[in-house]
Amino acid sequence: MDRLLVNVPFLEPVRIKSIIDSPLKPKLLEMGLVSGQELRILFKAPFGDPIAIEVGDYVLSLRLDEARLVEVVS
Amino acid sequence: MRIALFGNPNTGKSSIFNHLSGMRQHVGNFPGVTVDLKLSDIRIGDQTHQLIDFPGTYSIYPRSNDEKVVYEVLRNPQHKHYPDLAVVVADASNLERNLFLFSQIYDLGLPSLLVLNMNDIAQRNGIRIDVAKLKEAFPGTQIVEANARVGFGTDRLKQAIQSNQIQKAAKPFLDGFQVAAIENTSAQSEEAELRFKKIRFLLSEVLTRDVKTKQEGNLKLDRILVHPIWGYFIFAAILLVLFQMIYSFAALPMDFIDAQFAAFSEWTSAHLPEGNFYDLISQGIIPGIGGVVVFVPQIALLFFFIALLEESGYLARVVFIMDRLMRPLGLNGKSVVPLLSSVACAIPGVMATRTISNWKERLITILVAPLMSCSARIPVYTLLIALVIPDQKVFGIINLQGLVLFALYALGLIAALGIAAILKAFIRTSEKSFLLLELPSYKAPQWKNVGLTVWEKVKVFVLDAGKVILAISVILWVLASFGGEEKSAAKIASLQESPVYMSMAEEDRSQIEASIRLGNSYMGQLGKGIEPVIAPLGYDWKIGISLITSFAAREVFVGSLATIYSVQDDGEQNLPLLQRLRAEKRADGKPVYSLATGVSLMVFYVFAMQCMATLAVVKRETKSWKWPLIQLLFMGVLAYLGAGLTYHLLS
Repeated sequence: MDRLLVNVPFLEPVRIKSIIDSPLKPKLLEMGLVSGQELRILFKAPFGDPIAIEVGDYVLSLRLDEARLVEVVS
Repeated sequence: MRIALFGNPNTGKSSIFNHLSGMRQHVGNFPGVTVDLKLSDIRIGDQTHQLIDFPGTYSIYPRSNDEKVVYEVLRNPQHKHYPDLAVVVADASNLERNLFLFSQIYDLGLPSLLVLNMNDIAQRNGIRIDVAKLKEAFPGTQIVEANARVGFGTDRLKQAIQSNQIQKAAKPFLDGFQVAAIENTSAQSEEAELRFKKIRFLLSEVLTRDVKTKQEGNLKLDRILVHPIWGYFIFAAILLVLFQMIYSFAALPMDFIDAQFAAFSEWTSAHLPEGNFYDLISQGIIPGIGGVVVFVPQIALLFFFIALLEESGYLARVVFIMDRLMRPLGLNGKSVVPLLSSVACAIPGVMATRTISNWKERLITILVAPLMSCSARIPVYTLLIALVIPDQKVFGIINLQGLVLFALYALGLIAALGIAAILKAFIRTSEKSFLLLELPSYKAPQWKNVGLTVWEKVKVFVLDAGKVILAISVILWVLASFGGEEKSAAKIASLQESPVYMSMAEEDRSQIEASIRLGNSYMGQLGKGIEPVIAPLGYDWKIGISLITSFAAREVFVGSLATIYSVQDDGEQNLPLLQRLRAEKRADGKPVYSLATGVSLMVFYVFAMQCMATLAVVKRETKSWKWPLIQLLFMGVLAYLGAGLTYHLLS
């Protein structure tokens, strides 16, 4: 099932399907958010934004606006 | 040979730089570059090489102004700083993402050397790397395993550099690679996808994992440190301890420096021959330098603690929890550190905004940072509070004077945040704001790095602020020492006819005479000139003089008042000055320093941009006079209106 990273519950492992086209797309890709990459949400900041995700071997924080650009599959 | 150092942020790149340079480094002046690059001449064997430390990036394609320099140097072999060898530092515990930048630089046809740093963490995480196999994928390159935190591997890195066996790639790692233009984001996206695909395929053969332990330890700590409620409490508690320590630890060395400069100034005026030139040294230059040096202990301590928080990995979490709160104000989570630094001094605060990649958010942070009450305001606040606020308790426990001091700090903070929200609507940008921040794993700080950071910051502060404050001090000294000589001489001569005056102690007489000379000097004329403008705020020309002299540095206000009212400035308690100020009456017999005037002055000092050194730094950081002038103007208007309103409400 396709969905956006913002809607994924804590710690559920998901896989990136693609990054939605936007000026930020190359930056997100360079940070390792390429299709096929496994990730999970580790924790959220107070107010639920930004969020911290585990990408490969590191922890990346991104705002919900950026997480809305990431399409994932279970 | 020219050697360039590249790498992702948080890879230990600066540790490698420090090991290679042996701490002998200087900040390079690169025209058109927004960041300072560190340079060092390093000796390996019998050869000297030039080492350049480039800003940490994830890609050769720039995503902020700071990162542009990497792209500009690397894609242009004719560039003055084009390196003969690229040393790329990679975090071995996160090889996939780190190889991205390395393979890009390799593909540009630069002889490149890969440093697999933080091997210990990789091993602890159960990661094994087959270095020989990795090397096969990048023919011509050398790979050095290192653990720069403990100095492991630096000798082998030097040997590898010395060996001269590093060659250009015969063919790129990514087939058919071509550098994309900065604007061509779709080509960059395509390259990123392909490159990661190839890297992941390579790593499936090169890298093995024992167990998947990963982030669990950090996760536990993060659950507490970024907790929705405890996260803020912990941050507030750290801040409280930090400022408590800064003020209590710095007080002693600051008093010492203050006393030394005062003694030195006195000594020179007693021992140097008479004359303008010598007066300039003893009364202009020495106190001017003292006014800069006195803040060094506080700034050094502040940066010591900030560097500790940064090295440990906590500072990234502060950015993380503050981002949502700062965003509606046109700021960014990264604005927190510059604003914090500004509580010691706005100059390092403005410089600390360089980590903010979004220009609009960075500019707003720069513009509001000087509204945070800096330590130069403290002597002014404490004098005025002692003067007009009664020493009594409210609600039985809270000291009223302390409460007012707290209110002044709060007023500065509220103004900074409020103005930021207003500026957000006026400053336009096409650049989209984003926060893609790596949260590094927690680790023990490295004292060498902490020490170097503190040294660098203090050096920049002393040189930057020093130049401006010194220049202003000289100008102010000229204004205060010349003008109205005849008038002063006549007045003094008439005084000297009085036997009562002549029976006074010589010290008292010379102070009275100094006060007369100052009143008639160009400075005094200026003060009288602006009196009509500042009268609505409740100030007279004597306060006017002190306001003008404050442009060198705010704390000069106290010393100027002491001169004008011809009292010995005892530096600490200001008791004689307080008595003199309390006795000061207006023409109608009411005291000059009423509650209304005193509080109005405090409000004025909270808002007014009375710091030329900060303006100069803002000019340098924004590369134009437009923004410091706007800043001077809006802070001036705020100060004038705020002080005027306060005076009217209280009188």
